[in-house]
Amino acid sequence: MSFASHDSATRQSQGEALTAEEIAASGAKAEDATARYALLLGDDALILSQRLGAWVSRAPELEEDVALANIALDLLGHARFLLTYAGTAWDKSEDDLAYFRSEEEFRSCRLVEQENGDFGKTIARQLIFSFYQHELYSRLVHSTDATLAAIAEKALKEVDYHQDHAAQWILRLGLGTEESARRVQAGLDSVWSYVEELFTDVEPMTQLGDIAVLPSTLREPTLTRLHQVIDQAGLTVPDMSGAHGADRSGRHSEQRGLILAEMQVLARQHPGATW
Amino acid sequence: MTSSADSSSWPLWEVFIRSSRGLSHVHAGSLHAPDATMAIRNARDLYTRRNEGTSVWVVPAAAIMASDPDSKGAYFESAQGKSYRHATYYTQSEGVKHL
Repeated sequence: MSFASHDSATRQSQGEALTAEEIAASGAKAEDATARYALLLGDDALILSQRLGAWVSRAPELEEDVALANIALDLLGHARFLLTYAGTAWDKSEDDLAYFRSEEEFRSCRLVEQENGDFGKTIARQLIFSFYQHELYSRLVHSTDATLAAIAEKALKEVDYHQDHAAQWILRLGLGTEESARRVQAGLDSVWSYVEELFTDVEPMTQLGDIAVLPSTLREPTLTRLHQVIDQAGLTVPDMSGAHGADRSGRHSEQRGLILAEMQVLARQHPGATW
Repeated sequence: MTSSADSSSWPLWEVFIRSSRGLSHVHAGSLHAPDATMAIRNARDLYTRRNEGTSVWVVPAAAIMASDPDSKGAYFESAQGKSYRHATYYTQSEGVKHL
């Protein structure tokens, strides 16, 4: 299948990259389990994008406002690819899946659902999630599912930047002032119990073989790299066990319903609204 | 007021972008960043969102020595009227081809 796109007539071209529309038009139809996997990955990206979007106009500096918004938009792009592809299995659009699923139908991990907190906490969450996602997409590019592999290849370039952004900030906050180190450490402490869920093998990954990446295989490489950068920043890797209920079910999440209420309200009150 | 006081603590950087190989870096704008490493990243976020660049430079604004706008006359206008500084001032000598 081809994912080529058109350059604009102007000198600045958008370049060639995958788009959600092309996935929808490609005729690729996901198997049910593959679709549920795409949905799970897409939910992580969508929820984190929604969270990061709340930083717009509230970041410590205008420049950081744009940086976080860029990352949020990259993640929204990934969510669009993944939800669009998932929807091919059930004749649903990306919007059907994003706006008209209920809390218990989402499969997001609790790490991305955590509140932004202060900048230190957001950077702590970004560090963990971007390192995990980088490891994940580096492996998913070899998926035997061509569409998932193409999505991973596009997303990987962006996540590469996300992890660099987070690592640079962890170092600056950790080695900055006493206050910045205290806050970013508190951030790490407050989200660390949700790290284990990222590496918990759940359905449908367990039955997809080479189509998916088994989360438990990401554990060691991701944690090794996280430990390195946290050490380098003069911070402490929190010593705590994973929070109960690492199954992405939403039953053990306080925040998911609140995020969805905010994210979905417009689409539900004004079905079919466009802007 | 605290936030504006904080903003002023981040130094100003000037951003130069090379749009394609073989061209010079051209001034694109400026931004605030805590250090050079972050300035490069901020420049990437602020000035290369539409495939503009192949290379980015950042320079501390404080490191740039600029000409004095009030001395415009002495600096730049003295060249006016000195047409002999332009190649087109000279006529082509007879018999010289391909000039």
